[in-house]
Amino acid sequence: MSRLNTANETLAKEIIARYPRPKSALIPLLHLAQEQDGYVADDAMLHLAELVGVEPAEVLGTCTFYEMFKREPVGKYILNICTNLSCQLTGGEELLHHAEKTLGIRPGDISDDGLFTIEDVECIAACTEAPCMQVNYRYEYRLSTDDFDQVISDIRAGKRKDLPEHGTLGLVRQHIPADRLAGIESPEEAGTPDWFASRQPAPDESGKA
Amino acid sequence: MVSTNEYVPHAAGYVDNKGPKIVTSRFPHEDSHTLVRALATGGYDGLKDAIRRTPADVAGEVKNAVLLGRGGAGFPAGIKWGFMPPVWPRYLVVNGDESEPGTYKDRLLMERDPHQLIEGCVIACYALGLNQCFLYVRGEMAVAQERIAQALNDAYAAGYVGKNILGTDVSIDVVLHWGAGAYIVGEETALIESLEGNRGMPRLKPPFFPAAKGLYMKPTIVNNVETLANLPWLMVNGADKFKTYGSEKSPGTRMLAISGHVNRPGVYEVEQGVVTFRDLFYGEQYCQGIKDGNELKAFVPGGGSAPWFFEDQLDVPIEASEVGPQGSMLGSGAIMVMDETTDIVKACLRLVRFYARESCGKCTPCREGTAWEEKVLQRILDGHGRPEDLDLLLEIGQSISPGVYPVAGFKGEDLDPVPFPPKQTTICPLGPSSVAPITSAVRRFRSEFEALIPETVVLENLS
Ligand SMILES: Cc1cc2nc3c(=O)[nH]c(=O)nc-3n(C[C@H](O)[C@H](O)[C@H](O)COP(=O)(O)O)c2cc1C
Ligand code: SF4
Repeated sequence: MSRLNTANETLAKEIIARYPRPKSALIPLLHLAQEQDGYVADDAMLHLAELVGVEPAEVLGTCTFYEMFKREPVGKYILNICTNLSCQLTGGEELLHHAEKTLGIRPGDISDDGLFTIEDVECIAACTEAPCMQVNYRYEYRLSTDDFDQVISDIRAGKRKDLPEHGTLGLVRQHIPADRLAGIESPEEAGTPDWFASRQPAPDESGKA
Repeated sequence: MVSTNEYVPHAAGYVDNKGPKIVTSRFPHEDSHTLVRALATGGYDGLKDAIRRTPADVAGEVKNAVLLGRGGAGFPAGIKWGFMPPVWPRYLVVNGDESEPGTYKDRLLMERDPHQLIEGCVIACYALGLNQCFLYVRGEMAVAQERIAQALNDAYAAGYVGKNILGTDVSIDVVLHWGAGAYIVGEETALIESLEGNRGMPRLKPPFFPAAKGLYMKPTIVNNVETLANLPWLMVNGADKFKTYGSEKSPGTRMLAISGHVNRPGVYEVEQGVVTFRDLFYGEQYCQGIKDGNELKAFVPGGGSAPWFFEDQLDVPIEASEVGPQGSMLGSGAIMVMDETTDIVKACLRLVRFYARESCGKCTPCREGTAWEEKVLQRILDGHGRPEDLDLLLEIGQSISPGVYPVAGFKGEDLDPVPFPPKQTTICPLGPSSVAPITSAVRRFRSEFEALIPETVVLENLS
């Protein structure tokens, strides 16, 4: 699909300005592209390469290293079912099989209605609440197969307004007003902060200059 | 407020036990993530104290406190800070990438008390004389990201972060950064690569020790979320008070996540070195026994990368200096309990599969070795194992981690423990971590593997 739209391009520039080197913004920018289109489109990567001043191949290189970036459309809701040890011990694999059966898809596939993609994921840091699942990276804890069915039917019935569509992560963005910014400089220009220099212990009186 | 020693409903999994609280004191409040609650409960008081003192004085307090890193390696924060050469610019990178199997604490700290973490970051920046901090949150943690974003926006507006902090000349930026799904990025040099916008592959140490050559090849301190969350309390109460909790070698508390087959899995803040694994698993204020009254079979004391412990190690205190010589590590405070019903081969395979999937591919022994470990274990589980497969598994392990691999001892068979850590032929410890479940499980439960391997079928003369 597309390059970043105007609003997102403005946002991208704001994000880039928070880093000493533009390329550091790449992962947040790839997320922004995914938020716009639901996946990371090739044109969007070309656009990001222009924005941060690197070769398109470098953007692709970074993009393909990270599991969350999808290069093709996926379901509107990604169901990340954990099967790592804590979840395996408490029924995570059974939950995954149940999900496969009820939705009629294998991990990585999209359900016929375009709503769901299942993933068999690694530990998602909710081990005491196993077995657990994330729906578009928001948690469902101690999930029985009945609970799973409930989540699915609620989503289908449009009752889960709390869940953003795939691509959107945090619903709040950091925004630093210009007059509150301490100041971000490139590593070549930045030096010792003045406040630090002035807070050094007084030089030893008896010492040399 | 909820009564003590109960789950706190809005902080999924957190159990408010009766012990002292250094990092979880706000958790019982439902609005613990807001600036209003933070300020009503002493938020940013530690920063106010710190800024009245010299940076060197603040760093000295942290060093005195013997604040051991909570990210896995357990290195004292104060000493690590001291490794920075007098070179600027320098950076602080906060490791909020929590993905070690079994680990669940940093996410709670980020979601439930982002202001405590931000305050800790600013205190550390002040002590280190730097004005640029990046808070790297794991990609999959959407709520932690939005809570921190909101908290940063509020803290900037209120003058606790940014230009002229608390009306002084001190100016420090804290930037929220987030990942995109890769366990290896939790390793500090990979975290730095990732923050530079690259594929998250570790750098070789030496020469790339972050304190000397880190972000943009400048001095960089990488600290774990929980490590920094201790700083506000430490500033207000001082190192001496800090040391009244926990043990001499490991002062203070740790957040421990106990999951798997226990009656009350949960995240508990406990004093280090004071309680034992037995207390945790069976104690009334902790996990209240093994599920269904079953017997304990094995447990992982410090995250998926830690060699396993067994009933022989139940009385070991929760303290790095005790767990290491017994053949494992406390790592990231992740304890996973397996009862007698556990299929050990399956459990072992699941952990190995994790390392095979998450290997970044930079070094051959890890990239190839973890893949073969998984393949061989899978065929054993599927009933297609070969008689030589167990030795083959151990041999693959030798190519990733040569020598005797750390393991727990057990008295019944007169086996002594081999102390942690393992040796490695790899750039980072991920590869060697894959050997931990294999060595632990095969040594202790060899017969369970053998039972799945069909005896060699000798074909009769078919003529
Ligand atoms: C494979 C691997 C994964 C790691 N993952 C994490 C992690 O998710 N979070 C973390 O804080 N430290 C992690 N670490 C440890 C970091 O490299 C580093 O030691 C730590 O962040 C330093 O912080 P501390 O001194 O405050 O503990 C990992 C290490 C390795 C080898
Ligand atoms: S040990 Fe594995 S994860 Fe670590 S650098 Fe080598 S290939 Fe990458």
